[in-house]
Amino acid sequence: MNWHSFFFLLFAAISCGFAVMVVLSSNIVRMAFYLIVSLGATAGLFFLAGADFVAAMQLMIYVGGTLVLLVFGVMLTAQSPFVSMKTSGGDWILAFLLSGSLLAFLIPAAFSVSDWREGATPAVGSVDAPPPRNTADRLGLGLLGVRVDKLEDRPAMLRAGMAGYLLPFEIVSVHLLVVLVGAAYLARTKRRAG
Amino acid sequence: MDLLSQSVGVSHFMVVGAIMFVSGVVCMATKRNALGVLMGIELVLNGANVNFVALSSEFLTKDTGGGIGLDGQLIALFVIVLAAAEAAVALAIVLNFYNNHATIDVDRADELKG
Amino acid sequence: MAEYLAKNLPDWGLFNWLPESVLHALAYFVVALIHCILLIQVVAVGALVFIWLERKVAGRIQDRLGPTRVGGKFGWLQTLADGLKLITKEDLMPGAADEMLFKLAPYISFCASFAAYIALPFSDGWVALELNAGVFFILAVMGLEVFGVILAGYSSASKWSLFGGMREAAQVVSYEVPMGLCVVVPVLICGSMDLVQIGRMQQGWFTNWLIFHDPFTFITFWVYFTCALASVNRAPFDLAEAESELVAGFHTEYSGLRWSFFFMAEYGSMFAVSGLAAILFFGGWNGPVPITSILHMTHDVHPILGYLANFLGMLNFVFKCCLWVTFMIWIRWTLPRLRIDQVMKTCLKYCTPIAAVMFAGAVLWTYWLPGGLPWQRPFGNRYSVSGTGAAPTPSKVPSASDLTLAAGEEGGA
Repeated sequence: MNWHSFFFLLFAAISCGFAVMVVLSSNIVRMAFYLIVSLGATAGLFFLAGADFVAAMQLMIYVGGTLVLLVFGVMLTAQSPFVSMKTSGGDWILAFLLSGSLLAFLIPAAFSVSDWREGATPAVGSVDAPPPRNTADRLGLGLLGVRVDKLEDRPAMLRAGMAGYLLPFEIVSVHLLVVLVGAAYLARTKRRAG
Repeated sequence: MDLLSQSVGVSHFMVVGAIMFVSGVVCMATKRNALGVLMGIELVLNGANVNFVALSSEFLTKDTGGGIGLDGQLIALFVIVLAAAEAAVALAIVLNFYNNHATIDVDRADELKG
Repeated sequence: MAEYLAKNLPDWGLFNWLPESVLHALAYFVVALIHCILLIQVVAVGALVFIWLERKVAGRIQDRLGPTRVGGKFGWLQTLADGLKLITKEDLMPGAADEMLFKLAPYISFCASFAAYIALPFSDGWVALELNAGVFFILAVMGLEVFGVILAGYSSASKWSLFGGMREAAQVVSYEVPMGLCVVVPVLICGSMDLVQIGRMQQGWFTNWLIFHDPFTFITFWVYFTCALASVNRAPFDLAEAESELVAGFHTEYSGLRWSFFFMAEYGSMFAVSGLAAILFFGGWNGPVPITSILHMTHDVHPILGYLANFLGMLNFVFKCCLWVTFMIWIRWTLPRLRIDQVMKTCLKYCTPIAAVMFAGAVLWTYWLPGGLPWQRPFGNRYSVSGTGAAPTPSKVPSASDLTLAAGEEGGA
């Protein structure tokens, strides 16, 4: 038995199961809670894939920031907690038809590439654990514009290694500033007339 | 027992990503609560992230070893940051709507209806 | 340790009847169980000791004795008696409460607080999981504690709980920003987010400790400590549990064992942020005087001496953590509580700008003085310039062809 497969199945089951429960639940606070669990399990999946920096970022920013914001919004607007805003049956049927067809298209597509079907896990019984990957350093350098994993593979105009993500990093920083100003303006307390 | 010992590849992660994506789409399509729609958006972005991280991992591809490498992780980072930004703005809009209409039922946002 | 166990379990003749793969999995499971048991002991015994310590220190500050009866002259076992009382209390739940969330909330808080110990090193190499992004992981997981509080506040169906929960959530989430900025300063000086690496780089005399590295880091520590106090909701930032205002805040409706989980989470978090402060600023397991290297108690000389040196390091680390927890307790019983608007003002108008200025200052300091002050061990840059073999000087910006990951740094060694 492979702990990697076991934990993958566990986190995948939690992740997908709670995502489906978000759809099926009608109580908005319970939906927020199921979403928190689902995204937390996704962070576990990221750890299993070896992306520990992205997983920590998912936990800190997505779960610990975005979802806290969402839960605040839920608390502020859920006046009568169990007011029912149910969707009609016809809407559900249409939604399930479309989603079923989308799933039926995506899952075979996922299994269609032969390289993707099996992982590179070491043979059972071998105890050579892979060395800890230095992902945080590489990501940091990538954000500064230096791609240390692709030093030679670069566009002709740039110097070796300079195919990084510095421009998107700067753009995202300015974008966040704009969003901060915009959200603060939109959500300001307005003086009521009279 | 066989399920527990077969090695996990990118395909398995993509199935998880597909299920999260589809549940996000259904959530966006069927929920009347505006915050429910927002949760659907988060699920969709997360499904895409799972795909990116899976393709970038060197433990999950058998032969080629590495897939898209760091690109996938960096793109996933940017998606997380942008999702946070978009959730903030969407929440500000929803709260404004709630202040003006005393409800967050999106079916009641029909003032411009012909 | 897991690899060692997996290799040797078949040789020891135990569990030979199990197939190879299951044996391999069993080895990992046993090792994980041992790590978890050890860490839970730290949290549980720590909570026991710190609650007793709090009552004693509170008593002394208020010119009285504190617990003196249970367990002899100093009331050592007072917390045990409290625990017994809490276990035997009736398990109440408000009628209008959301049952599932009400029951789940204390465990979420406790798990978030406990998960931070996974990446916390107690000595050189003595860490449950040596994560490359260790600092980031600890900050991320401790930020999840706020969910337990919000869910507790909401599901109690009481307006005092809801207010307390929302206030605490706003406070914790706001203080994550200056805390992150403060934590980045030691990370940028050491060039790594790996806590074991940061600890190793502070070996030697106490002048190598990062708090003495430059004046910016010194001030950063005090800002970090303030933010840490706010993020674990200790006075003077304990609006959420303000007994005089909100009955008991978010845990008003909790009694008995559920309430005690919240408190184990609080003391666990206090120990964890103190541990982070000890490693990032005070050298972690390195003492002020490098006794173990002076006496040549290293692993090369004899494995048992190496183990003993690590053990002394662990005692050092735990002592530093207890020191800072005692300091937190001292502050609680000395300073008055801040109002919620004062709490938010401190964060947004004082802590965040000061942390940002300290960050900029530390960046400039490491740029102009990459070797540090003359009596310090040079931290320098982790990425070497190939060819010349010299560290990049400020006057010469390295071109990308010069930049390589030095071989030793590749595997995170």
